Amino acid sequence: MKKVIKKHPLAIRWFHWINFPVLAIMIWSGLLIYWASDVYRLGWGDKTVLKFFPTSFYKALHIPFRLAEGMSIHFVFMWFFALNGFVYVLYLIFSGEWRLIVPNRKSLKESFLVVLHDLHIRKSVPPQKKYNAAQRIAYTGVIIMGVGSVLTGLSIYKPIQFQTLCNILGGYEWARAEHFILTILFTLFFVVHIVQVILAGWNNFRGMVTGLDVLTDNKEMIAAPIGVSSAAFRSQPIVENKEPFERQKKSEENHEDVEILNEEKPLPPAITAVNYSEKSDVISNDEIIPVPPKENTESQDK
Amino acid sequence: MNYKEEIIISEKKLRKRTLISFSIFIVLLVAALLAWNRLHQQPKIAGTPGTLRKGLNFNGTFFSNFLSDDHLAKTYPLSAAVPHVRVNGDAGMENDFDTATWKLQVVRNPGDTLFLTMDDIKSLPKTDIIFDFKCIEGWSQVTHWAGAKFSDFMTKYNLNAQTQMNYVGLLTPNKKYYVGIDMRSIMHPQTLLCYEMNGKPLPMNQGYPLRLIIPVKYGIKHLKRIGTIYFSNEKPPDYWYERGYDYFSGL
Repeated sequence: MKKVIKKHPLAIRWFHWINFPVLAIMIWSGLLIYWASDVYRLGWGDKTVLKFFPTSFYKALHIPFRLAEGMSIHFVFMWFFALNGFVYVLYLIFSGEWRLIVPNRKSLKESFLVVLHDLHIRKSVPPQKKYNAAQRIAYTGVIIMGVGSVLTGLSIYKPIQFQTLCNILGGYEWARAEHFILTILFTLFFVVHIVQVILAGWNNFRGMVTGLDVLTDNKEMIAAPIGVSSAAFRSQPIVENKEPFERQKKSEENHEDVEILNEEKPLPPAITAVNYSEKSDVISNDEIIPVPPKENTESQDK
Repeated sequence: MNYKEEIIISEKKLRKRTLISFSIFIVLLVAALLAWNRLHQQPKIAGTPGTLRKGLNFNGTFFSNFLSDDHLAKTYPLSAAVPHVRVNGDAGMENDFDTATWKLQVVRNPGDTLFLTMDDIKSLPKTDIIFDFKCIEGWSQVTHWAGAKFSDFMTKYNLNAQTQMNYVGLLTPNKKYYVGIDMRSIMHPQTLLCYEMNGKPLPMNQGYPLRLIIPVKYGIKHLKRIGTIYFSNEKPPDYWYERGYDYFSGL
């Protein structure tokens, strides 16, 4: 028997997997457009550290002289990007899921601890719900970036019809630069995201497809949260009451097809003990789960 | 929120669910890739795969709803205008042009053409505009132009019936460059039949003697060296449209 958590609602998985190819297409077609007037660089004065983009980069990807193609793709797929993002944000708001993503007061401080952990400098991480502090900041940031891309995009697409917006963003040239910077940030996010997903492993990736987060086995109540520091999360020992599993075993022996228990009948307290409720920041429920002796995380650090 | 929900599930059931989910996932992935490929192999309409062209046309219709004579391109002080104006594109600007015999041909109706001289155009009130000229390539430049408002020209020559039509077409004298512009955009108060740049007559490479300046469009629509103006309910042929660009190309 496996214990699983319904981690990602179906809607979120759809939004995610629609967004992935659409954003990739937007970045690709944006590159085809950008080539026609590739003015940005990193540097100062006459010194250029990095030109966006080197000729070899364009050549390797066959980017030159495809402006019309890029525009036709960009201005059709922009609708899918904007609509998918818009419905996603609405979903977050009305489902309450936003509470799991939006950073709270502790997130900034905690995110440093998460990063230190991911760099193998720290052993433990602060307790978390669905996402850790670094994820909250990253995922909320990427939503804001999406909004930014739509707004900066709209102001360079129709700068006269949406002139107020364009002015707020600093005018046409600035809006174009902002649109470009956001794209660079998206690609950086993408790289980090992919690395974290690889590090987090199969269960985490499967979770984004099936929606289920498999709690590895009886000993560990908590499975990997997506992306950042999943390993750390597992390393936090949480003792649990064995009772529900025994009950289950029993039913297995009786050849009962035990399935989704909590949808049919209320679970005994021990099973609902893994509680990611919004009110409590700690995952355990003191009354039911014997909490391990509180570690002093600070002193544990080397 | 489902996140609190915890499920006990048999290993078999988990495997089955994983298999089903991933099957759907992979089928959708393959379908998306096939669709992406097919999109590129579609028959082209004016240099762009059919579906994308329809999308661009939809955008044109959609965003033309935002057009308004009150939505003006931002204007700048004279000091902001650059002295050296970029020259981009020379289609229709070949050396087969005789300035001495030039006359603006205005086809009021098929077979009914009005011939105008520069003096006729200059007799209309002159308007200066300093605005950020935007090229479809992505660059822009604050430039200074002057000429007659297109809307004044239409009024002066009693072309009110023609303003009820959907499009205006413009051609260079050798007909090698041509654009089509929706009526609302060309009647915009900032659209000029332009004959001056930086306070002097247009240079040859900027369309002497007369060019279009239409701030609500990308540079591709600012036809240089106007030979003929005509009116149509159908989309007039458009040079860059035929090469895969958006017909509307409005800003």
